[in-house]
Amino acid sequence: MKIVVCVKYVPDATGDRGFNDDGTTDRESVDSLLSELDEYAIEQALKIVESGVEAEITYLTVGPDDAKDALRKALAMGGDNAIHVNDDDIAGTDALGTSLILAKAIEDAGFDLVVCGMASTDASMGVVPAMLAERLGVPQVTYLDEITVEGVGKGGGVVKGRREGDVATELIEASLPAVVSVTDRTGEARYPSFKGIMAAKKKTVVSKDLDDLGIESDEVGLSAAWSIVDTATKRPPRAKGEVVEDEGEGGVQLAAFLAAKKFI
Amino acid sequence: MAEILVLVDHADGAVRKPTLELLTLARRLGEPAAVFLGKGAEGATETLGRYGAQKVYVVDAPEVDEYLVAPAVDALAQIAGGGEPGAILVASSNDGREIAARVAVRLESGLITDAVDVEAGPEGPVTEQSVFAATYQVKAHVTKGTPIITVKPNAATPEEAPATPAVEAVTVDFTTAATGTKVVSRAPREKSDRPELTEADIVVSGGRGVNGAENFHVIESVADALGAAVGASRAAVDAGWYPHSHQVGQTGTQVSPQLYVAVGISGAIQHRAGMQTSKTIVAINKDEDAPIFDLVDYGVVGDLFKVMPQLEAEINKRK
Ligand SMILES: Cc1cc2nc3c(=O)[nH]c(=O)nc-3n(C[C@H](O)[C@H](O)[C@H](O)COP(=O)(O)OP(=O)(O)OC[C@H]3O[C@@H](n4cnc5c(N)ncnc54)[C@H](O)[C@@H]3O)c2cc1C
Ligand SMILES: Nc1ncnc2c1ncn2[C@@H]1O[C@H](COP(=O)(O)O)[C@@H](O)[C@H]1O
Repeated sequence: MKIVVCVKYVPDATGDRGFNDDGTTDRESVDSLLSELDEYAIEQALKIVESGVEAEITYLTVGPDDAKDALRKALAMGGDNAIHVNDDDIAGTDALGTSLILAKAIEDAGFDLVVCGMASTDASMGVVPAMLAERLGVPQVTYLDEITVEGVGKGGGVVKGRREGDVATELIEASLPAVVSVTDRTGEARYPSFKGIMAAKKKTVVSKDLDDLGIESDEVGLSAAWSIVDTATKRPPRAKGEVVEDEGEGGVQLAAFLAAKKFI
Repeated sequence: MAEILVLVDHADGAVRKPTLELLTLARRLGEPAAVFLGKGAEGATETLGRYGAQKVYVVDAPEVDEYLVAPAVDALAQIAGGGEPGAILVASSNDGREIAARVAVRLESGLITDAVDVEAGPEGPVTEQSVFAATYQVKAHVTKGTPIITVKPNAATPEEAPATPAVEAVTVDFTTAATGTKVVSRAPREKSDRPELTEADIVVSGGRGVNGAENFHVIESVADALGAAVGASRAAVDAGWYPHSHQVGQTGTQVSPQLYVAVGISGAIQHRAGMQTSKTIVAINKDEDAPIFDLVDYGVVGDLFKVMPQLEAEINKRK
């Protein structure tokens, strides 16, 4: 079967992130990397294959030139090949547009299972996997803390998992094809080995633009976004308050502060 | 006035607090109409009316409980499509965000997630969001279709505005997509007497410094003295010291209480992403260089096992 893993190239969360004048994310002044939460998606895809499911793993990213780095890192962890959707007209695309591009690229590549991270570490909306399920017309099996794929090859295949729902822990399942997303509780991702890094250099990364996917340039990009940022203001850093050393009275001093603030 | 659809977040008919906040915000935009999916609408209608719902759409269909997300999408999209709502408000939970996302695709409408405030504007609702670990405040609005907005808990204080809602039972024509993902079982989380993390005015959280599940009572006792919810860092949760449903941060719950007490927590960016919008922040940490101290209104450099019991005793004395 075919597994497509969606990975995003994002500004480093530990850097000083900000906005451009047009309200889009500044991707220049902070180094970017493969979103840490997508490493869990890669890990689970590799584990599914290691569990004995025969599958080809394709990584997919929508992003600028440098986003190729994210694909290289993913390929160094394992998997077979990658698709990089890159087009000047994509800049400023919102989640709705991104999901449109991803869905077209996934249909184009063919798929039985799409694996996503739970959220991108920059926009952090956690909505693209649900949008992909909607656009591809397949079940969504999302926010999984645990995932298993069974019965592939015997006329279908089923994906099962555990989801921490709003008020309960849920066991959910669906037939393939399906879109899943996995959380950071599915287990630590592996580090690329030296051998893996060398092997990755020989794996194919196909570049595609909007034309290749049959998407009109006015369907995506900042001007096609269905919401706009009016203002983005840096919050003044929190004024640092008093910090006292505990010399035996720390708890009493803290209580006095809380009482003065009427919390007690 | 346009109807503002509010998707009701409930557990077997018990309306959860974020919905009351949504109804309060909806009144700024138009006429609130609640959309109640599943069982227990009879009991919920009075509460919804008390917070200003002029209408309650009820979809009492088993699909809503038996399948994940998609039946709610069908229901909400059908109800929205039957009128011209001014906006759709949904609570920013995992389920809520995913329902909103798919409705946005289906109705070809703009989506804004995790708003911390919503106001009426000349071109429809204007939202405020707190992004990049709360280092930026962003104002935005939807430019296409029906604005679909997910709102974080504690974005508003629920205010009563009693109304007697008209109740309309809706029969939804579910799509084949609705029954794609079966919910095989549901294990409700253990009920505790403490307030829920997202709803609490005060949250007391413990981190790696607590050093063991057997020590978490130190956090719990102070929380109880303050009437607070208990939170935990990912380090404490990963170590198995406290349940994951209490994790605060980027991949846990995002809280915005009046007071946040960080105990034995260093203040990593991913933790800050979940608590930085708290009104008042205090911390106890034995390392004076811990980054959490950059955020605090008051901090104590010291051993939490000395400071916390003293704090608890002093709170109880002052009460
Ligand atoms: C993709 C991703 C997502 C993440 N999501 C989250 C998230 O949602 N939430 C989250 O919390 N983290 C998250 N993390 C992890 C985060 O980066 C930190 O590792 C974590 O927050 C550290 O937890 P901590 O502060 O409890 O532990 P530490 O960083 O180890 O800090 C422990 C602190 O306790 C203090 N201490 C020790 N003993 C005592 C004592 N006796 N008295 C007083 N102080 C003491 C120490 O001085 C230290 O500052 C995420 C990481 C990644 C990569
Ligand atoms: N530009 C992108 N390229 C590839 N995958 C993406 C992209 N944006 C989002 N995704 C996938 O969707 C998940 C959730 O993203 P988001 O909804 O933006 O938080 C991510 O973890 C990725 O798996």
